[in-house]
Amino acid sequence: MRTRTLGWVALVAVVAATLNSLVGVPADLNQGDAQRVMYIHVPSAWLAYLSFGVTALAGIGWLWKRDLRFDWLAVASAEIGVMFTAFTLLAGAMWGRPVWGVFYQWDDPRILSTTILLTLYSGYLLLRRMTDDPIRRANRAAVVGFIAALDIPIVHFSVEWWRSIHQVATFGSPARILHPAAPGAFVIALLSMLGAFTIAWIYLMIRRYQLAALEARIDEAARRGTLAAARAAAEAGVPEVVPRAGEAIR
Amino acid sequence: MARDLEVALAVARKDALAELRGRHATGTTIFFAAIVLLLFGFALGPDARRLEEAAPGLMWLAIVFAGLLAVGRLHETETEDDALEQLALFPVARHALYLGKALAGFAAMLVLGVALLPLVALLYRVDLLAAWLPLGLTLVLGTAGFAAVATAYAALTMRMQAREVLLPLLVLPVVAPLLLAAVKATTAALAGDPFGELASWLQLLAGFDVLMVIAGAVTYRFGLED
Repeated sequence: MRTRTLGWVALVAVVAATLNSLVGVPADLNQGDAQRVMYIHVPSAWLAYLSFGVTALAGIGWLWKRDLRFDWLAVASAEIGVMFTAFTLLAGAMWGRPVWGVFYQWDDPRILSTTILLTLYSGYLLLRRMTDDPIRRANRAAVVGFIAALDIPIVHFSVEWWRSIHQVATFGSPARILHPAAPGAFVIALLSMLGAFTIAWIYLMIRRYQLAALEARIDEAARRGTLAAARAAAEAGVPEVVPRAGEAIR
Repeated sequence: MARDLEVALAVARKDALAELRGRHATGTTIFFAAIVLLLFGFALGPDARRLEEAAPGLMWLAIVFAGLLAVGRLHETETEDDALEQLALFPVARHALYLGKALAGFAAMLVLGVALLPLVALLYRVDLLAAWLPLGLTLVLGTAGFAAVATAYAALTMRMQAREVLLPLLVLPVVAPLLLAAVKATTAALAGDPFGELASWLQLLAGFDVLMVIAGAVTYRFGLED
């Protein structure tokens, strides 16, 4: 019940902060209304990084403590992280089109590293989906999450150098708008969006974690059911019981 | 430590021996990479200047694609005849086994790269001999990093149904910075390093290699004891 309350709080906070950033704050002088995309873009990016940090730590937690709850946390944060990474890219493209004239800007290192981030963790989710056994899934996912997290800073440096050796980006990246020179109302609008999104993130994390716990229980019940059916069939003298796909008996 | 190194060398030697005695995985991957190089020419040619400009990128893409096959193959041979269970039963450190497998993958890719270089020079009209030292260094560092990552992930996926699809999906995003650095270093080496950037790209490659070898060594047992 308390989780539901948190959900309502998150909804109200996101709606209020969104309304404020849409009509409460004035439009940017140079970029006009397009700049308002930043109020979604920056919180999404922050939550994407937060999520993948949690994924890596939860993976290490699983390998260390061998408690499947860590794995539930890992899958929750990875899925939510992929969603927010996609938000970040989409919002960036929507902003880039009116301001830069292009949806995807190869000159901007941050876009490139965010795209690689999306592919890294999409692979992570695919690997999970293709592994049925919960222990193996947790093991494999933890390794992939660990290596991906190690890769993130290298990706970041490499694309940063890649671009900066030939030219410095002429246009400001979204984060540059955040420079202290920004008027107070803008900063407050962004901070309230950050806060609202983070509350929503916590709510989503709890819900996805609960879902993972339920999935594990269903898996377990199915495995027991298959086992019991096989035993009953063996006792009754029925020669062969073939478990259905996805219900491997260990 | 010395014992681990011994084990690693033994595992690598075993793979090399199997390769020499007729597994032919490396030979097949070289042929595959050569076809890829040729098809890149069809896709971007016949403008020879464009091919020459794109040569470093095309060469590394061919190495990466063929490398996926080579390293994947090295692990697939282990899953045949339950060879892997035997390997896993040896009372030796898991990271030593990883080092051995990675070393074998590295050797296979190095052979692949050396075989591709003259082909690149021939097809794309690039003068490779002028910069052989930085090119060789880039090749060594690039293939080592790739083998380190691909070996770690091949161990994870080798028992899975969809490993042929999954291995590239997992490895390619991770080696994106490696590809970028290797292509940049190759381009710089071919141009005579006019901006003095070669050293920093090689350093990035070396850093990537060290980090990924450690990560692979630490995590290999979780794939093996699956």
